[in-house]
Amino acid sequence: MTSPPIHDVIIIGSGPAGYTAAIYTARAQLAPLVFEGTSFGGALMTTTEVENFPGFRAGINGPDLMEEMREQALRFGADLQMEDVESVSLDGPVKEVVTAGGDTHRARSVILAMGAAARYLGVPGEQELLGRGVSSCATCDGFFFKGQDIAVIGGGDSAMEEATFLTRFARSVTLVHRRDEFRASKIMLERARADEKITFRTNTAVVAVEGETTVTGLRVRDAVSGAESTLPVTGVFVAIGHDPRSQLVRDQVDMDADGYVLVDGHGTATSIAGVFAAGDLVDRTYRQAITAAGSGCAAAIDAERWLAHPHDADTAAALAGVRQ
Amino acid sequence: MSAATVVVTDDTFAEKVLASSTPVLVDFWATWCGPCRMVAPVLDEIAADKAGTLVVAKVDVDTNPAAARDYHVVSIPTLILFKNGQPVKRIVGAKGKAALLREIADEL
Repeated sequence: MTSPPIHDVIIIGSGPAGYTAAIYTARAQLAPLVFEGTSFGGALMTTTEVENFPGFRAGINGPDLMEEMREQALRFGADLQMEDVESVSLDGPVKEVVTAGGDTHRARSVILAMGAAARYLGVPGEQELLGRGVSSCATCDGFFFKGQDIAVIGGGDSAMEEATFLTRFARSVTLVHRRDEFRASKIMLERARADEKITFRTNTAVVAVEGETTVTGLRVRDAVSGAESTLPVTGVFVAIGHDPRSQLVRDQVDMDADGYVLVDGHGTATSIAGVFAAGDLVDRTYRQAITAAGSGCAAAIDAERWLAHPHDADTAAALAGVRQ
Repeated sequence: MSAATVVVTDDTFAEKVLASSTPVLVDFWATWCGPCRMVAPVLDEIAADKAGTLVVAKVDVDTNPAAARDYHVVSIPTLILFKNGQPVKRIVGAKGKAALLREIADEL
């Protein structure tokens, strides 16, 4: 029995960062093995129109943009696998990646691009009614709330985008936000404010999602008066941000208190030699498709250079050994 | 669409899903739903792998609202496993192949 090949690079993740890293490493003849996982396409798969990705002056659908990136990676020979990764072992000159199906793959370098996962409120009723009126994907589920009264939770761009989008279907949209200031950009906020179907409820905290088999209401508390009341809604769309999907590499690479993977200065090198990170997994500041793509490109170039010239002598010697 | 999966409509739901002697995993989906696109190729693979022991059926909720309404589907993708006409397992959201197979393993 021959031992399986050691790849030059394994990429974990399939958003703009992962696919851009795949395109660059594939063009650099590194034959990347990419684990796309369940989150194939990343955060853009749940957005509608992307208006600010350069090169698409008329805008492009999030899923269509991801399809284009995916096809571009395939065109240069990236090996795309739809599997989830179960565990990784990143120390040493040969990294191991174990899939949910139980297969082990090995590589000299790894690019981490798992992105971020939608955050939930953590209030009673929320998880119980997920898929029964509680949703984190307006573009998927808005259709089911035609003519109904619904709520959107959050104060950022995604909350504004979802609220505006959902007015296509809903009779009314109540935007519930716990503060009276918004993270949302001015253009998105103004667009939502100008929509007469959208009512703003600021300084309002969510206490619970109510309902037996489906959502019947949202229990909220006024942060100023402390008074509680129930909004009679049948749908609750949660858009309160994202958390980095870094559980896979916890206790291996250095990360900050919130789970963002730490990288070296302006580069993409993590605390482990040969392991690079890009996209929303790293970025708590910009979190745009274009910045994720940019850092995916940087990670690919960093990985390529590192493979050609490992920084320290020990690693170089070890790599020379595993290069046969 | 892959040949391995079966397209089911409101009109054929009773015959192809409820009356099936083989367990049927029904995928409620729509063209506009990004995560549905993510899970589609995974379902194609499962349909091919499990041919004979499991039927994978696709219901486009846009053109077939009755089936979605009957089973209170208000979030897609939703997968419901039917055995002998009864819904026995409900999975909401896109999942990977190994995770999906694990979820339905007990029922097959």
